[in-house]
Amino acid sequence: MNSFTFTQAPAVDAAVQESVAHDGAAYIGGGTNLIDLMKENVARPTHLIGLKKLGLDAIETLPDGGLRLGALATNADTAWHPEVEKRYPLLSQAILAGASPQLRNMATDGGNLMQRTRCYYFYDLATPCNKREPGSGCSAIGGYNRIHAILGTSEQCIATHPSDMCVALAALEATVRVSGPHGERTIPFEDFHRLPGTTPHLDNTLMPGELITGLDLPAQGFEKHFSYLKLRDRTSYAFALVSVAAALELDGNTITAARLALGGVAHKPWRDQAAEALLVGQPATVDTFRRAAAKVVEGAQGYGSNDFKIELARRAIVRALKQAAEMNQELDSNAFLNSNP
Amino acid sequence: MSPVTQVPAERPPVALAPTQPITLHINGQDHFLTIAPWTTLLDALREYLALTGTKQGCDHGQCGACTVLVDGKRINSCLSLAVMQEGADIQTIEGLGTEENLHPLQQAFIDHDAFQCGYCTPGQICSAQGLINEGKAKTEDEVRELMSGNICRCGAYSNILTAIMEVLGNKEDGAEVSNAPMPKQEWSAGAARAEMGPVEPAK
Repeated sequence: MNSFTFTQAPAVDAAVQESVAHDGAAYIGGGTNLIDLMKENVARPTHLIGLKKLGLDAIETLPDGGLRLGALATNADTAWHPEVEKRYPLLSQAILAGASPQLRNMATDGGNLMQRTRCYYFYDLATPCNKREPGSGCSAIGGYNRIHAILGTSEQCIATHPSDMCVALAALEATVRVSGPHGERTIPFEDFHRLPGTTPHLDNTLMPGELITGLDLPAQGFEKHFSYLKLRDRTSYAFALVSVAAALELDGNTITAARLALGGVAHKPWRDQAAEALLVGQPATVDTFRRAAAKVVEGAQGYGSNDFKIELARRAIVRALKQAAEMNQELDSNAFLNSNP
Repeated sequence: MSPVTQVPAERPPVALAPTQPITLHINGQDHFLTIAPWTTLLDALREYLALTGTKQGCDHGQCGACTVLVDGKRINSCLSLAVMQEGADIQTIEGLGTEENLHPLQQAFIDHDAFQCGYCTPGQICSAQGLINEGKAKTEDEVRELMSGNICRCGAYSNILTAIMEVLGNKEDGAEVSNAPMPKQEWSAGAARAEMGPVEPAK
């Protein structure tokens, strides 16, 4: 770890001012990813701004029937919050599919959005990486890329966003609330994370000094028909190779609303609204689900070791939509082991 | 003056590490430290406070050997800075029981041979206490899932599971809890030793 100074910010405004005043400053919430990156010298902040005293850890109902998650609420407190469990079980399930109990007790909801890719070349200072050092090259393209992206990639970066929680937030159309040097604003979840393009060093659309203060969930929680299906090398405490957040509203057997987002396949949580449109108005059948799945993987590209992800994603989408429609899945990700798509 | 000790004029003086005074509340006691901000909670415990029961394993939050309880919740002390934990109620394995009066989890780990080398055990026990505080895991499958943040390279998992299930008051066949979980306050984080549940020493 490099040398740095630490301040516990007393309020949001003060935190933002601290950030503006120090070149190389970083906010620290739970620290579970940032401290790890600092130990590897991938992140080298000169000044850390602690957020613990800001409050911002409440989870409260909004006047429009939605729910506001404070940015400093921990992942564990969010997943096990009675309102989240009851009204947004997709979010609860996605959070509990990620990390370990210890990490979820430290990691904050705002920090979950800010975590960086687990691409092994990004972590390895001895190898070129455009995300870590713009212009140095991408070692994953042509390298070992089993965990890498198949959708929305660029010639400069094929890293994935590692979050499970964010896949559910994308499907639920959350809104990100931020405070910065120029005041407050909100960012639709879809616009928060970026594709790599020619600027893979930028993970998201936050401006310098901006701080996430909360996440707003709309009233529609899809609590009747949902599934978070996570496929990984072991069934606990591993990052997704492919994950699917599927949420449906049904009138009889007709789909009246649909959300579909994938994790482990792109530089951002990959929501596909064109595929969702193919579901709405259709009967909830495997044929319908297959058409939507085909749409999602239409432009997918493998890079060698991750070619398998295209077929895996297609099948996982069908499975997750089927689980969401039938709601007879065991509420854990082992369910996929017990039957075929 | 010997040439060896001469410092070249152009070399800038080495900056002293910026340290800051902090107070950590650990196992019911306040500890005053002046430390550099990059000191992890794990290093503060082991290197500055001689609380070496908490172990360093991977140092990256993957193995759980460094698990401690903060405000009753289990965390990886290797991924938290000591300066971030001012004002928190920290409990380590040293605060969970004494040699004369073992914590029920410690006794259960001994009774069920739930370790071989023992290096992961303090983390396993703190994690299990965190699991009990959470009150979410009831079946064997749920305990396995919610203990997945603790790795045991000796592979004592089956006995660790049995020990935890015993303390949870469950049947070993993984059936649903037949009685309510033990009251948290008996040995929850931060409780003074005298407040811990009555435990007979192993004899």
